[in-house]
Amino acid sequence: MHEMSLCEGVLQILEEQAKTQNYNKVKTVWLEIGAFSGVEAPAMQFSYEVVTRGSLAEGSELKIVELPATAWCMQCTETVQVEQRYDPCPKCGGFQLQTTGGEELRIKELEVE
Amino acid sequence: MCTVCGCAEGEARVEGEKVSHEHSGGHEHTHPHSHEHHHHDHVHTDGDDHHYGHGPARAHAPGMSQARMVQIEQDILGKNDNYATANRQRFTEQGVFSLNLVSSPGSGKTTLLTRTLTDLKDTLPLAVIEGDQETSNDADRIRETGARAIQINTGKGCHLDAHQVGHAIDTLNPEAGSVLFIENVGNLVCPAAFDLGEAHKVAILSITEGEDKPIKYPDMFHAADLMLLNKIDLLPHLNFDVERCIEYARRVNPGLQVLQVSATTGEGMQNWYDWIQSARQMRLIGHPSLNAPIHKEATGA
Repeated sequence: MHEMSLCEGVLQILEEQAKTQNYNKVKTVWLEIGAFSGVEAPAMQFSYEVVTRGSLAEGSELKIVELPATAWCMQCTETVQVEQRYDPCPKCGGFQLQTTGGEELRIKELEVE
Repeated sequence: MCTVCGCAEGEARVEGEKVSHEHSGGHEHTHPHSHEHHHHDHVHTDGDDHHYGHGPARAHAPGMSQARMVQIEQDILGKNDNYATANRQRFTEQGVFSLNLVSSPGSGKTTLLTRTLTDLKDTLPLAVIEGDQETSNDADRIRETGARAIQINTGKGCHLDAHQVGHAIDTLNPEAGSVLFIENVGNLVCPAAFDLGEAHKVAILSITEGEDKPIKYPDMFHAADLMLLNKIDLLPHLNFDVERCIEYARRVNPGLQVLQVSATTGEGMQNWYDWIQSARQMRLIGHPSLNAPIHKEATGA
């Protein structure tokens, strides 16, 4: 969707953290992306490289950890894994699902020096 | 996150940063006991939060002397969410009922809004924040109805964010008891992820767009509380299956309410107004502005 501006957000966080964590170079960023976060990993990789040029994260590696989407099925009363928002429950075929996971969009950790 | 002016030392700190603070300088050694406390406000189920304590020599560290691992657990949209929370709090305190109108370009969002403003201006205090990439054409159209409006041009941005809306509220200063319509940039993808602090997202889908839009762009229909099916007057001329469209929408959002309207002929619009009135009432119960009389000059009428 707006991977470029999300990467700018990532860079902002890296720059803020540099002050509190006392580092001046970022080598690796682990980013968690849920299946429902609306973010495409390849687009994120592309934007990341562009956005970090000339910054403290220039040349760093972006490692993307993709997290599955989960939902609570009201009919089965259990958590099931789904691929899409419009998927039926894989057990009962119903659509009474409440998303419980997959919207993550988060920097998990950094390798810095 | 503000992607426009970049001004943003977030005053509200997310917990990830606090955690980092407490451990800054302490990364070279392991101290696993002190980690329990940072769990309490995490919503995540990751049990491996604790691996922080495993020290800098985690598997990915290439054994360099200076390289170290830092866990920050920070949401990329966290900054936006903080601004959204501040907006929401402000709306609550000031008794402003806000709606975030989202749709694809060309769904008739502005036409629907101008009609709504014209029809409601004698009943309720109204204000509008208008989002577009460029031009103030829409805000001009809105102002012609007599309602107060402010335009936000997002430039390269594909959505409004909570920080921009916060600034717009500063300028617009909607009066207590008013309904604030935030017309988002025409885009069914990005605005879904950006909370603006609104009471409800209202998705507008016109029947010229195809009945499968709710499953083509599921995030938006999932995020909305109400769907307005617009241009319903064109039904006789189109091959559009209303039932199927609603069924698709409820697949992605079982709790979604749907109203069929035509902003051109006015068909069904009274239902939309009733929805606004009752949702506003629900939101403002207990606030002194709920039954405050409207100020004529405020709407420009």
